[in-house]
Amino acid sequence: MNDNVIVSAHGLTKAYSLPAETVVAVDNVDLEIRGGEFVSLMGPSGSGKTTLLDLIGCLDSITEGSLRVFGHEVSGAREDALVRLRRGRIGFVFQEFLLLPELTAMENVQLPSVFARRPIERERALQLLDRVGLAARANHLPSELSGGERQRAAIARALATSNKLLLADEPTGNLDSRNSQAVYETFTRLNEEDGLTIVAATHDEKLGSTAGRRITLLDGSVVPH
Amino acid sequence: MNAFRIALRTLGRRRIRTAFTIGGVAVAVAVLISLLAFDVGYQNALRRDIDRMGYQVLVTAKGCPYEAATLMLKGGGGLRYMEQDVYDKIIQDERIDEVAPQLVATVFSRDEGTGQSGISMYMGIADSHLRLKPWVKFRSGAWFSSDSADEAILGYEAAELEQREVGDRIFISGVNKILTVVGVFERSGTQDDGIIFLPLATAQETFELPGKISGIGIRLKDLGDLPGFEEDLYDEPGIQVVSMAQVKGTILNLLSSARTLASSIAAVAIIVAVIGVMNTVLMSVFDRTKQIGVMKAMGASKLDVFRIVWVETALVCLFGGIVGAALAMVGGSVAERLIRGILPYAPSGRLVAFSLPLILAAIAGAVGIGLVAGVYPASRAASMRPVQAIRSSD
Repeated sequence: MNDNVIVSAHGLTKAYSLPAETVVAVDNVDLEIRGGEFVSLMGPSGSGKTTLLDLIGCLDSITEGSLRVFGHEVSGAREDALVRLRRGRIGFVFQEFLLLPELTAMENVQLPSVFARRPIERERALQLLDRVGLAARANHLPSELSGGERQRAAIARALATSNKLLLADEPTGNLDSRNSQAVYETFTRLNEEDGLTIVAATHDEKLGSTAGRRITLLDGSVVPH
Repeated sequence: MNAFRIALRTLGRRRIRTAFTIGGVAVAVAVLISLLAFDVGYQNALRRDIDRMGYQVLVTAKGCPYEAATLMLKGGGGLRYMEQDVYDKIIQDERIDEVAPQLVATVFSRDEGTGQSGISMYMGIADSHLRLKPWVKFRSGAWFSSDSADEAILGYEAAELEQREVGDRIFISGVNKILTVVGVFERSGTQDDGIIFLPLATAQETFELPGKISGIGIRLKDLGDLPGFEEDLYDEPGIQVVSMAQVKGTILNLLSSARTLASSIAAVAIIVAVIGVMNTVLMSVFDRTKQIGVMKAMGASKLDVFRIVWVETALVCLFGGIVGAALAMVGGSVAERLIRGILPYAPSGRLVAFSLPLILAAIAGAVGIGLVAGVYPASRAASMRPVQAIRSSD
């Protein structure tokens, strides 16, 4: 295996058993993502983008196939092993931002480092907020920030533990065009300047075209180019 | 940034809900502290009152021994009387250190001028009274001039109530007797403060009870002789022997049903508070399902999430405990007044005795209960699967 491959999936399948039927959300996907890539997962609603992102992020269990993330086999791994794998390696950005409302932007940024047992200082958190253009709003609660500012705070949070892989699920889904543009620019800068690997599931064509590689999904399967 | 700070912020964000939950815990803790403080305070006050009676054994006429003992402690009418011969016989016993005969009588009086009425308590005593209670001091005046003088010594409060000083006269209505006040005792903090004392013979003559006494207080040289002494007196006709230890036990027994009721109320309050805390924290966990999912996505372990929710519960109970302790202390004097109004016999002195160990133990208990109440919500939070939590609907 190429040393630079950080995500490697073979026959990756995720199925949900419902009372009436079994739904296959991700169907026999083969995939490799190398370090430093900016990949967009495109496709219509229900195509399996979010589920694939959850699997790559070690948030969900695999039904069939194999998935290696940072060289560790995810299939069959215990939850505590997946937690350790996520810590300090994988950061998440969600459509709904999902900042902790009772903590300031700075404290939200510091939080993942607390869970990783490597708490970062305020100066470092401020640097990260500065990186996304939010240093001036560091001591504001999420309720005092605009949608775009919240999403940039969430991006800064995802970088807090020196993560190498950023997984973004519809990061511009709740933003207007101006704030979406700020997110494209932030992602591009982090990818090009810091070498951060980014995988973004999105409907946003502009974000899709900003990414260096596009993977299109349809009914849970990768559509060949 | 740690679990403590996150929990504190979470509680601060839901101020009204948190305040109500803390209030529920505070009420339960206040009831518990008041109850325990009353238990300790009442026993201390009762022990002090009994010790200040100066004797370990009380001999009375046959009847209900506990009624007699309570009446001796509290005062009041309805006492039975026995022959003074018993006293003459008992005094011969070598095991006795000091012995004091008493004749208690109560008189209902009504002031025609003010229209106010009340019961005055009179006690005929002998000079052994002072030997039995060596701590009794005169505020003014001195002992009776003779064993049958028409004289009175007033307890501190009786003197205040009657507005009499040495040299003044008091009139006992109903028996048309006039006594000269020859002394006023210092405040003793016992029921003696409200009594009007007169020589035993004068009391027997005034209340038309010649040769009668209502009780004999006895202090033994050696307390170890008490069982044998009591045993010997059981055979005496027409009398009964009540040890003050028995009296104390009986009064505490009489109180036990009230204590059981109050304990049940406290237990219900605590259970309701625990359920309230559990419900509040559980609701808070459900409200934060997505956030808990995000924390887990960010690398929070089950233990991390458990700790955050658990600390939150413990903090609610800690604050509830502190507020409850403050409530109990502020409301202590009100509770004491209420208790005095309800109880058939309440000793003098503070009935509700707060102490630092009691308050600390109650607060620690509240936190302990909080930790137990927090186990289920914390477990629910810790066992959430990140992906389901994040993708859950609001």
